[in-house]
Amino acid sequence: MIRLDRVSKVFAGASAPAVDHVSMEIPAGEICVLLGPSGCGKTTTMKMVNRLIEPTSGEIYIDGKSTADQDPVQLRRTLGYVIQQIGLFPNKTIGENICIVPDILGWNRMRSRKRAAELLEMVALDPAIFIDRYPKELSGGQQQRIGVLRAIAADPPVLLMDEPFGAIDPINREIIQDEFLKMQATLKKTIMFVSHDIDEAVKMADRIAIFREGRLVQYDSPDNILAHPANAFVSDFFGGDRTLKRLQLLRVPDAMIHDPPTVTADDPLDRAAALMAEHGHTSIVMVGPRGRPRGFVDLKTARDGRGKVGENHESLATTIKLSENLRTAVSTMFRHDVTWLACVDEDGVLKGYVTLRGITHLLAGAYRDG
Amino acid sequence: MAERIESGGLQRLWQNGLLVLVFTLGAWAWASGLLPTMAALWDDIAYLGRQHVWLVVVSGGLAILVGVPLGIALTRRQLRRYGDAVLQFLNIGATIPTLAVLALSMSVLGIGARPAIFGLFIATLLPIVANTLAGIRAVAPHLIEAAEGMGMSPRQILIGVELPNAMLVIFAGVRTALAINVGTAPLAFLIGGGGLGELIFTGIALNEFAMMLAGAIPTALLAIFVDFIVGQMQLWTIPRGVNPLR
Amino acid sequence: METVDYILANWPLIASRTGEHISIVGVAVGLAILTGVPIGIAITQNRRAAASVLYAASIVITIPSIALFGMMIPILSLIGQGIGYLPAVIAVLLYSQLPIIRNTYTAITNVDPALREAARGMGLTRLQRLREVELPIAVPVIMSGVRVAVVMNIGVTAIAAYIGAGGLGAFISRGISQTDPRQLVTGALAVSVLAVVSDFALLALQRLLTSPGLREARAA
Repeated sequence: MIRLDRVSKVFAGASAPAVDHVSMEIPAGEICVLLGPSGCGKTTTMKMVNRLIEPTSGEIYIDGKSTADQDPVQLRRTLGYVIQQIGLFPNKTIGENICIVPDILGWNRMRSRKRAAELLEMVALDPAIFIDRYPKELSGGQQQRIGVLRAIAADPPVLLMDEPFGAIDPINREIIQDEFLKMQATLKKTIMFVSHDIDEAVKMADRIAIFREGRLVQYDSPDNILAHPANAFVSDFFGGDRTLKRLQLLRVPDAMIHDPPTVTADDPLDRAAALMAEHGHTSIVMVGPRGRPRGFVDLKTARDGRGKVGENHESLATTIKLSENLRTAVSTMFRHDVTWLACVDEDGVLKGYVTLRGITHLLAGAYRDG
Repeated sequence: MAERIESGGLQRLWQNGLLVLVFTLGAWAWASGLLPTMAALWDDIAYLGRQHVWLVVVSGGLAILVGVPLGIALTRRQLRRYGDAVLQFLNIGATIPTLAVLALSMSVLGIGARPAIFGLFIATLLPIVANTLAGIRAVAPHLIEAAEGMGMSPRQILIGVELPNAMLVIFAGVRTALAINVGTAPLAFLIGGGGLGELIFTGIALNEFAMMLAGAIPTALLAIFVDFIVGQMQLWTIPRGVNPLR
Repeated sequence: METVDYILANWPLIASRTGEHISIVGVAVGLAILTGVPIGIAITQNRRAAASVLYAASIVITIPSIALFGMMIPILSLIGQGIGYLPAVIAVLLYSQLPIIRNTYTAITNVDPALREAARGMGLTRLQRLREVELPIAVPVIMSGVRVAVVMNIGVTAIAAYIGAGGLGAFISRGISQTDPRQLVTGALAVSVLAVVSDFALLALQRLLTSPGLREARAA
């Protein structure tokens, strides 16, 4: 959808190129984050897509058409553009700000206003209140959301974003990132996103393009980059804890032991011990009539004890939902001083176990096979 | 005048402009037979010129000597609450055309040099007080806080912190005020105060271009000259740290 | 008081001279806006040009008005307009250039660069940027320059009475030459009142033309 073919930029009077023969392709509907230290050329590269900076050599194709063949001003109207400082025009209302591009494209007023109202609702800002307000009356986080809405008002298939969430405080930033990902799940735009924040990149990207001194060093999915950094620069860039960063990319079901053996309160302890021996586990979960976990029994109690499971069980400190990521799972284990957790679905029904050992093994798998 | 003009370009422009001005005037003077007239009137030009400069120096000097302390006084603790009211009054006063000020001065004080000087003094006073007031108020509060915290007395703060930081704005006020002063001084003639205005107005009344120019050109040159001098003073006397021009 | 009687008795004359006065200032400042604002916009593109233009305009303004009138007489006499309405309008036009050009230039160069970049990135042409973003933001500052020009030039026009342009200055000049304090005070008061009223009126206009989004934040 967006294809860069050996794109370079040399600024007048500079000894080294700012962007050096970068080639990459962003498939339609994906978010690609350009990541790298200051001065690595990521912003310059993005600005060559909408020709705010003209390439010295190389071609850029959007949906098969070369950008060089189009009038730059017309080109920009087909691309959404969001910058870090937001840049909402203070002299215009929120509604007018959102509809700038539609207005210059000639949409009629009613259609514009309707579109603005729709978009405001999408980010949970009541149009009746906000459409006629002015930017200075909004908080930073609200302004940033409007900035994004403004970029997608004319429904461009492509979005260019230059550190769009950088100016917001970390708490709001996370919220806005989550909202944005939800929006993207519906809208499926092709997005080129510049960032210097590693965690943001890992969280938001379908693919990450790592830049260094104008060159594209590695271009792959976040998990692959974290697991298989191309060189020392990339691995240092992500830091010594990069494997931990992979945890947030994986969900509980990825590491879970499915269809676990379970016992009920009426089962005798011998049965519990036998099941554990059969599966090689040291604990077994006791469930209620509808499959919800009620407690657990460990191997020692099952072997040495007498009677039913119901009389000898211990209570579970906590459970983990299937929708959570592994980072949360591990964090929960640390907090409760356990090395395994019972996994439940939205209704609380037991679906499996996840163990620290299992997670370790899963992560290391990338290094064994790769 | 806050825009940062490269001083190199300024120098060049000043020189070029002056050259062009002198050349044009010279050509014109030749064509309109001005030079002979000016030569004949030279004594008058010299005499009236001295009077003119005297008017400017006295009224302007008085305005600075009264205006700056007055502006400072209005920022001191006791008088601070009157500051806004006085500022409003000064703003309204500044809109009154200087000819009207001179006329009113004359109706109270009669004719001659005294009412002229007084009228010019009043007209020049307003921008100076207004700018001094504004300049001191604009000094960043955290600088004063730091100074107080270090144990500086109000007087030391005034001399060491407030005035140096307000210098630029005060100078701008003085420059504007003197520009108004020099520009209005020719009118002093109308109320009997003398000065180069005599040549100008008489020249107009008698329909003698040469006489009129003999008064107008020195006046214009004087105005440019005074502005230039004050500009240079602004450049060189304000300490480098608070001077964006250096 | 005699002056009050004089005013009441000569109301029509005062009104007509006020009309002349307003006409000179109004026409000249109007033209100055039409020339000054585009020049101010044009010089934002080139810093050297800006320095030259601003310096030239500031030199013009330091020339005392009567001197400027005087220097124009010989030139304009060539077309028979040496004294009267035209030199007055031209002088006011020239004097108005500095405040208007300088304020336009300053206001536009001070527009937040982020706004310029956002506008450019969204695909607005240079003209659209000026019309939708830069000029509306610059309006309050430009209007303030217009206000300064008008108030200053009400005074200049009063002096123009001495070159036969009419206006309220005529009361002052006659008052002095005929030693008539009534006319003198009438003229001085009339010009002062006109100046103060114009200042407030233009301030109100400035507020009106400023987008609500640019005004001081109102209490939530």
